[in-house]
Amino acid sequence: MKLFDLRGGVHPEGRKDLSAECQIRSVPLPKTLYVPLQQHIGAPATPVVNVGDHVLKGQLIAHAQGAVSAPVHAPTSGVIAALGDHAAPHPSGLPVPTFTLESDGLDQWIALKGEDDPFTLSPEDVAARVAAAGIVGLGGATFPSALKLNLSRGVRTLIVNGGECEPYLTCDDRIMRERAVQIVEGIRLIAYAVAAQEVLVGIEDNKPEAIAAMQAAARGSAVQVIAMPSMYPMGSEKQIVQVLTGKEIPAGGRPADIGVLVHNVATAYAVQQAIRYGRPLISRIVTLSGGALKTPCNVETLVGTPVEELIAVAGGYAQPAARMVLGGPMMGQQFANTGVPVMKGTSGVLALTSKEIGQAEPSPCIRCSTCVRACPVGLLPLEMAAHIRASDLTGAVDLGLKDCIACGSCSYVCPAHIPLVHFFNYAKGDLAAQERAKLKQEATKKLAEARTERIARIERERAEAMAKRKAAREAKERAAKEAAAQAAKEAA
Amino acid sequence: MLLAAVVSLTILGTVFGLLLGVAARYLRVEGNPLVAEIEQLLPGSQCGQCGYPGCTGAAQALAEGGAPVTLCPPGGRALAQALAAKLGVDADLSGVEDKGPMIAEVKEEICIGCTRCFKVCPTDAIMGAAQQIHVVFREACTACGKCVDACPTESVTLQPVPVTLQSWHWHKPQTGSAT
Repeated sequence: MKLFDLRGGVHPEGRKDLSAECQIRSVPLPKTLYVPLQQHIGAPATPVVNVGDHVLKGQLIAHAQGAVSAPVHAPTSGVIAALGDHAAPHPSGLPVPTFTLESDGLDQWIALKGEDDPFTLSPEDVAARVAAAGIVGLGGATFPSALKLNLSRGVRTLIVNGGECEPYLTCDDRIMRERAVQIVEGIRLIAYAVAAQEVLVGIEDNKPEAIAAMQAAARGSAVQVIAMPSMYPMGSEKQIVQVLTGKEIPAGGRPADIGVLVHNVATAYAVQQAIRYGRPLISRIVTLSGGALKTPCNVETLVGTPVEELIAVAGGYAQPAARMVLGGPMMGQQFANTGVPVMKGTSGVLALTSKEIGQAEPSPCIRCSTCVRACPVGLLPLEMAAHIRASDLTGAVDLGLKDCIACGSCSYVCPAHIPLVHFFNYAKGDLAAQERAKLKQEATKKLAEARTERIARIERERAEAMAKRKAAREAKERAAKEAAAQAAKEAA
Repeated sequence: MLLAAVVSLTILGTVFGLLLGVAARYLRVEGNPLVAEIEQLLPGSQCGQCGYPGCTGAAQALAEGGAPVTLCPPGGRALAQALAAKLGVDADLSGVEDKGPMIAEVKEEICIGCTRCFKVCPTDAIMGAAQQIHVVFREACTACGKCVDACPTESVTLQPVPVTLQSWHWHKPQTGSAT
């Protein structure tokens, strides 16, 4: 099959050999799990159990709220010890509403309703079960998967993303090697749910074992496994679509706009587990890697497991970690508190040494335009950063800031070590804050108008009531006078 | 000859007069349209901190050039920038103290439930009743400060809006001379 070229891109050192040969291990059941209510893009889930309740593994503990949301299930059996703030796995480290679950050590499943022949279900039913299982995009974006299925019904091409272009991460590589049959069934279920005519699985050619395993599992089905050249950011949604179909997603658009749906391989596995066995999404494969860890490896861990327990599974620190990262080193989020839990979207936990992060002081831009050549979207990172630095955010938006996928290629290649993506993330955050402020202003303006109107109405009603009372009093006086006159007349 | 001239001029006069009358009626411009546009930008809570009688008064003064674009404390730096762009003037933002978004907060320990604050709130952002602790709806508060002035026990104060995971974002990188 003909592949199309990727614009820009970089070749960071892979470092996948640290953990690629390590089989997926299981993690000892943690005593305490921290399950945040929001592990997805959209509205946080609403709790349906109370503190003190005993829950079973897989039991619904918070249901989806609103159009874009996903439910949360208990990762193991035990008692809900608390529902309150716990540090989020996020660079800010801010507290978020989180269930604290004390496991009872039994790991006892709730009764599950699977399906022996899932292809007898209707496509809508498949999507509904995916929604009920709380499945979100496991590549890292954590967009509710069922919503994507419903919005993409009738697309031409289903692309399953096995790119895993981020250095260090090998969780998708391992799941494809070890669970290819289940993944292919999940892919066929997704294709069935959206009635896709063509199903492509894109895998970078630095994972030959995964390609072989997937090809063997896909033999005889409509699923085509395609080896793609290894280049960062090949595993980004927009880029994989471009390489496999030659079509570019329009600015601000979704893949469905050009008849494509993209899902991650791990999401396909979660879909298969949910439909065939009725298992909700309560665990995932996480890569533990980085030069600071003793034995980098891949683990299957329950959502809510504190990161420090995973670090213990990886043998602890071999040397001090200069930076802790959740996800990959290019797009992942740094964090400091190892008490934070693993969430549905956590693909990796990296403990990097100071040598690996290679921090350097930024120096002035020499306008070499290396970043322009590296940008996979075709933007001008140097110009955008210059505008943002001068607080001209509108200028940066005009240059295409909103199309930036924050892949980090520009920062990676910049010979002056300018934190370009940091500038873009700041600008995007600031623009979002301005947008929120504008919405709030519109709302408060309405409130102020409503109040002015109400006060005027009360004033008017009071005046009317007064006039009425006055009229009534006058009428009464008049009547009394007339009665008196009548009486006087009669007396006369 | 004379009659023809008089008649034609009369007819012309009448027709043009009518045309002007119709135009005046249907193409009328009510006030300065710029005033309405500026008023759209202002917070609209009529708090009066700018010294003008409400946001309409401030908008008029801005349109006539009689007021600086930095006049609105609740609007802060963002509004000053928007106004400067709208009026095409260079804003001197050095004098604007940008404290970031603020919000009123009731200290529950010293609130006596006097109801004075919610009576003056221009956006109905305070709920309460006599002898009950009052509370502020964060989403509706514009930090106009009227309640702070009205409170007899200084239990209402303006505080920075608490940062949540939804509102948090990366700070601007400090790179010195870079880029």
